[in-house]
Amino acid sequence: MKVFAFSKRNDLEILRDPLNLFFGVGFPIVLLLLLTVIQRNVPVALFEIEHLAPGIVVFGLSFMTLFSATLIAKDRGSSFLQRLYTTPLTAGDFILGYLLPILPICIAQSVICFAMAVLLGLPVTIHILTSVLFTIPVSLLFVSLGLLCGSIFTDKQVGGICGALLTNLTAWLSGIWFDLRLVGGAFQKIANLLPFVHAVEMERAALRGDYAGVFPHIWWVMGYAAAVTAIAVFVFLRQMKRQ
Amino acid sequence: MDAIKTVELTKKYKDVTAVYGLNLTVRQGELLSLLGVNGAGKTTTIKMLTGLTRPASGDAFLNGKSILTDSAAVKAMIAVSPQETAVAPNLTVRENLELMAGVHGFRKSEAGNKVTELSDRFGLGEIAGKKAGKLSGGWQRRLSIAMALVSCPQILFLDEPTLGLDVLARSDLWDMIRALKGKMTVILTTHYMEEAEALSDRVAIMKSGRLLLTGTPAEIKAQAGTDKFDEAFVRIVKEAAQ
Repeated sequence: MKVFAFSKRNDLEILRDPLNLFFGVGFPIVLLLLLTVIQRNVPVALFEIEHLAPGIVVFGLSFMTLFSATLIAKDRGSSFLQRLYTTPLTAGDFILGYLLPILPICIAQSVICFAMAVLLGLPVTIHILTSVLFTIPVSLLFVSLGLLCGSIFTDKQVGGICGALLTNLTAWLSGIWFDLRLVGGAFQKIANLLPFVHAVEMERAALRGDYAGVFPHIWWVMGYAAAVTAIAVFVFLRQMKRQ
Repeated sequence: MDAIKTVELTKKYKDVTAVYGLNLTVRQGELLSLLGVNGAGKTTTIKMLTGLTRPASGDAFLNGKSILTDSAAVKAMIAVSPQETAVAPNLTVRENLELMAGVHGFRKSEAGNKVTELSDRFGLGEIAGKKAGKLSGGWQRRLSIAMALVSCPQILFLDEPTLGLDVLARSDLWDMIRALKGKMTVILTTHYMEEAEALSDRVAIMKSGRLLLTGTPAEIKAQAGTDKFDEAFVRIVKEAAQ
């Protein structure tokens, strides 16, 4: 299938970039290690692994937006995409080819993060597996954001917007590092209107085995993922026509 | 049947008309060079013929298939080697060729044979495992043309194929392009007059979106009254301004 050839290329482009490997795998692992060491040296429950690992998994996934957006923006900036536009690949092939291959990378990243968390003391339960499954809508959200940003911005702009702004938004507004109730007010309200905190809470509930607790967070994540995917597809198709 | 026939092909960008009512015919197996100074409409013409942009009016027929109503059939018979080097930088030379075979729907064994054949023909065998982004400009351009040939196109568009290359790399590419003559129809755009003269069966000169004339290099020199092709080009373009 034509789309698989294109997907394979996109996978290879991402996986062969050493910076992607560092930020995608190395950075979340370093954070897990560092914060677990801090937890061992403080008397209060600050970064307990059961609480921390789901947050780090979601934070790690935010880098997928950067990888996906950079790839698309670079393709748009070079003649490579123009060359492919003159081949029998259809619009649907391009969209699937950019979205689908990154999802297995997201799952692999989550598995690696949870494996590291197990080494650091996370009890091995079946709930780890379900938590990994619940990362699928979160992954779709971040990968679609990548398609959207890559269709709008240049590769340099993508570095700033996805590499700095989005990862910081995910970090600060998701309750990974601190309880949002400690800040409260408008900060908490804004955070609750965005999908990041819901993604983290959904993952935490899944890891606890509290499947009722997954709701209503999963609706927020799936709603955002569906909306962002629809907008991203629309914007990508418009860009494709323009080019 | 003509390989390419354009009928009053026109492209407008808001208030600017990039190509005015182009009527051009290219014969099967011919190598035609599109010449013109910047803004002449060469790249826009190629973009319309390859389905990258839709004409404002008029139509073009590639081996009888309309770019407006039969774009899938057109895409199946053409290939483009764009102006900038269009290769996937983190993929090896071989993977780039396999990618093109894949997006054209080749089966694995078929793709393998084609990739091996093109690697041999373009001397890419020794660097097959090297990442495309690490190659020199000349080798990237060579790979870019090889990628365009994977699908065995009936019509090949080469947009400034030797731009920025040194003399030796350019000479190598000229040999490769010459070897394609007669096997497929080739449309070449270039700013190098010696390149157009050396490679073309016929030349089409455009200026400000209009086709000034077409002819063999010898006919164009005779019409301009000079035995130097670059002088002939300059005279024709300058006279058109008056």
